[in-house]
Amino acid sequence: MEALTSLIHGFGVLGDPMNIVYMFVGIFLGVLIGVLPGLGGANGVAILLPLTFSMSPVSAIIMLSSIYWGALFGGAITSVLFNIPGEPWSVATTFDGYPMAQQGRAGEALTAAFTGSFFGAFVATLLLTFLAPVIARFALNFGPAEFFAVYLLTFCSFVGMGKESPFKVISAMMLGFALAAVGLDTVTGQLRMTFGSAELLRGFDFLVAVIGLFGVGEILLTMEEGLAFKGRSAKINLRVVLHTWKELPRLWLTALRGSIVGCWMGITPGGATPASFMSYGLAKRFSRNGARFGKGEIEGVLAPETAAHAAGTSALLPMLTLGIPGSPTAAVLLGGLLIWGLQPGPLLFVEQKDFVWGLIASIYLGNIAGLIVVLTTVPLFASILRIPFSIIAPIILVVCAVGAYTVHNALLDISVMLIFGVLGYLFKKLGYPLAPLVLALVLGDMAESSFRQAMLLSRGSLSIFWANPLVAILVTLALAMLFWPLISFVTERFGRKRPQMVPGQ
Amino acid sequence: MAHTGEGSEHTVSNRTMELVVAGGFIAASILVMYDNWRIGARWVEDGPQAGYFPFYIGLIMFIASATTFGLGVMAGPDHTNFVERAQLKQVLQVLLPTVAFVVLIGLLGIYVSTTIFILFFMTWLGKYPIYKAAPIAVLVPLFLFVMFEIWFLVPLPKGPLETALGY
Amino acid sequence: MKRNRVSARLLAAAAAVAGACGLAPAEAAWQPTRPVEIIVPAGTGGGADQMARVIQGIVQKHNLMSQPLVVINKAGGAGAEGFLDVKSSTRNPHKIIITLSNLFTTPLATGVPFKWEDMTPVAMLALDEFVLWVNAKSPYKTAKDYVEAIKGGQPHQFKMGGTGSKQEDQIITAAIEQATGSKLTYIPYKGGGDVAAQLVGGHVDSSVNNPIEAVAQWRAGELRPLCVFDSQRIPLQGKVTADMGWGDIPTCKEQGLDVEYLMLRGFFTTPGATPDQVAFYVDLFKKVRETPDWKDFMEKGAFNTTFMTGEEFKAWLKKAADTHRGLMEKAGFLAKS
Repeated sequence: MEALTSLIHGFGVLGDPMNIVYMFVGIFLGVLIGVLPGLGGANGVAILLPLTFSMSPVSAIIMLSSIYWGALFGGAITSVLFNIPGEPWSVATTFDGYPMAQQGRAGEALTAAFTGSFFGAFVATLLLTFLAPVIARFALNFGPAEFFAVYLLTFCSFVGMGKESPFKVISAMMLGFALAAVGLDTVTGQLRMTFGSAELLRGFDFLVAVIGLFGVGEILLTMEEGLAFKGRSAKINLRVVLHTWKELPRLWLTALRGSIVGCWMGITPGGATPASFMSYGLAKRFSRNGARFGKGEIEGVLAPETAAHAAGTSALLPMLTLGIPGSPTAAVLLGGLLIWGLQPGPLLFVEQKDFVWGLIASIYLGNIAGLIVVLTTVPLFASILRIPFSIIAPIILVVCAVGAYTVHNALLDISVMLIFGVLGYLFKKLGYPLAPLVLALVLGDMAESSFRQAMLLSRGSLSIFWANPLVAILVTLALAMLFWPLISFVTERFGRKRPQMVPGQ
Repeated sequence: MAHTGEGSEHTVSNRTMELVVAGGFIAASILVMYDNWRIGARWVEDGPQAGYFPFYIGLIMFIASATTFGLGVMAGPDHTNFVERAQLKQVLQVLLPTVAFVVLIGLLGIYVSTTIFILFFMTWLGKYPIYKAAPIAVLVPLFLFVMFEIWFLVPLPKGPLETALGY
Repeated sequence: MKRNRVSARLLAAAAAVAGACGLAPAEAAWQPTRPVEIIVPAGTGGGADQMARVIQGIVQKHNLMSQPLVVINKAGGAGAEGFLDVKSSTRNPHKIIITLSNLFTTPLATGVPFKWEDMTPVAMLALDEFVLWVNAKSPYKTAKDYVEAIKGGQPHQFKMGGTGSKQEDQIITAAIEQATGSKLTYIPYKGGGDVAAQLVGGHVDSSVNNPIEAVAQWRAGELRPLCVFDSQRIPLQGKVTADMGWGDIPTCKEQGLDVEYLMLRGFFTTPGATPDQVAFYVDLFKKVRETPDWKDFMEKGAFNTTFMTGEEFKAWLKKAADTHRGLMEKAGFLAKS
């Protein structure tokens, strides 16, 4: 109960009205940063960090973390409306969010995304409040082999054969892995597939590819469908929020699963992006509506958003307690702590009570404030869909170009984005799936380097992936996930006598 | 662009496009395998070399896309249309101006190009009168400018106009 | 704050107009007329990025410049992207770059064509120290103990965690190998924070983290510093833990491990910059160094605060470049061309 009294003390710190003002300013800026693809939470916080120099550390962290909450919320907006993920972790949100918007259910999708985000953050914050020191120790058990096992698990829980040709699925996935390998190999310091070009040194960024494949590709497809120049209909009153809320309690299991996956990935630290994919994959696999995922299922929006926000929030935990950043944004905040004269790490909770509990209290308030801000803007954003295509399309393309540029401040990335746009269009038409490609692109690099770090540790022996209970469990789970379709097929065949085992339909 | 229209109704058949894209994959996979073999793609005593995974990724990609290619060849003649002419025209109506926009960014910077692009798009494709298009074409880059250059201090590509104005 | 900046910019614009009319004040030979970009050839959140943003914040807080400073990360190819950008921006004085050891190591390890002479040196702001760390639970109390253990153990038995590949951490590891005559296993990680965490978790046996990367774990009693890779002890007297401060860490040489390495934290500007332009930046950094915020930052990170400019700096760079080539050649890290 000590945590509770500390928390109340923390809310006391927030009593300063200026801190509340900073919080709202932060949320507003964060949503803006989240909406713009390319300008991510990490960049946003880094960019505004110097501004906070003259503030007190408590106000500064409240403002900066609010930017982060805002960005976490905001990433979903363009995913749902235009199929352009504003942030890497909202890629999985496009899978069902965008189809929903096309069916005129943008309001529902946004409400589900925001509420899911809030729920995930809330669970993570509870964890942060009551279990911080205990859980933080767990993160230390993760060495390269365990990280690889986590990536493998993410991959296996997401991948499943769809209706596309398996050869095309494999081709697309391998293309993603190959693109991820371009640039400097972090393990040996060798250049791979740069062919002497300075522009290829930075490799292919996940976001640039995704903005092209999803965003630009979608605009080209929309043009082809011919319904181009009229706006879509969308309900634009706040009642859609209440209406959606009535639906959501039914999906408590998905939300809870998402939160757990997210918290776990945030702490370990696997990151918000893998968390969102894993949560989506699990939801698809275990939901009764699994087969309808990808066609506008509200669960498919809820699952990744809950996980992403839970991961984003719990990523602060290892940062505060151990001084290890759980995400790029947390890494920047960590730098901020040093600048403000605070020493992150195990002693922070003892030495800087005001700061830590002020921050934790601000996470609660910040997320409530964020939820209110974004929910009231649902009708506004949904009504953007009513704007005729010939006005909104060039603006979207401009935003895509700006987004692709700001990822690495590179002009060439705008052209790369355009090429990916054409590829996205061709792939969509010929039945090459995009999801395995982007998943391979985002995970490939991390998975390969942790695999090879593990190999260096074990001097080339694969037994390291079986060396302790933690890694063994993770690998077993991953393999179980990979062969799940086979397992469920077998149980379906031989479990006929017990019809409740058979998934619905 | 591979799809240059031929014939009156037909552009290209689905099968042709399948073969073109699978061929592209094959070419890419050969490139991947070649470069990674060059830097070392064996499993040495302390684990895989830098090119090990990418090389096999290339190999798997090669096998998968060659199969797609083979299936396409064996499928025999195909009269289904990849894209209709009218559709292709509409896609190109967006694609070509966007290509021009990207080229212009390099020359004029993003702000001026945005104005030209929106103006062109709205008046030519959307058939809006210029007095309706102009405010949007000016306000969007202005908003971007204030947000990126002044609030966030993130420089976007700039051209002669901005330089003349002291940026 | 926003308003301040806007009005500052208006003033600057006015000044620029005045300058154009030939009314420029006599003492300021050159002033930036546009926002100045600080290129960071590393990712967000790392040591170089932090320092660049601290400088950005200090300049803004103390109003040291009429134009804003803008931080841009160009981390591709171990920083090669950033260096190539500056190299190719001849006579654009509104661009400076903060350097770390990758200025020397990246071209040698990857074969990407650039060298420090391609840019105009401005100033060395500080040198970053390296400390040999082990887990506090390990039996090694001194560097001597650890070196003995390495010498007595199997080759490759001891695992050293570090940031990046064929960069400063691995160079130090190679130097330790040469000094002890025994092989270590080097595991490259993405960032210094990861390395410290992996050491706390017992996945590696030691690290050569910079002070700022591992100080939190040291204070918490998770890590133990064994020695510092410098010619003398860090001249800071304050206590960091209950009974030890930076100044109490012996040098590695004292402990019989003759390895020295310091990392450059300095600034360069574009090729073809005029002496006036360089002078402006030197002057700016001098002002930055005098602020209490900077002094505080230097002390937190236990930096070596050597400051150099002009010929002295160039001579240092020349020597450092040769040292790096020698070290990397001996370790076999040079790119095959």
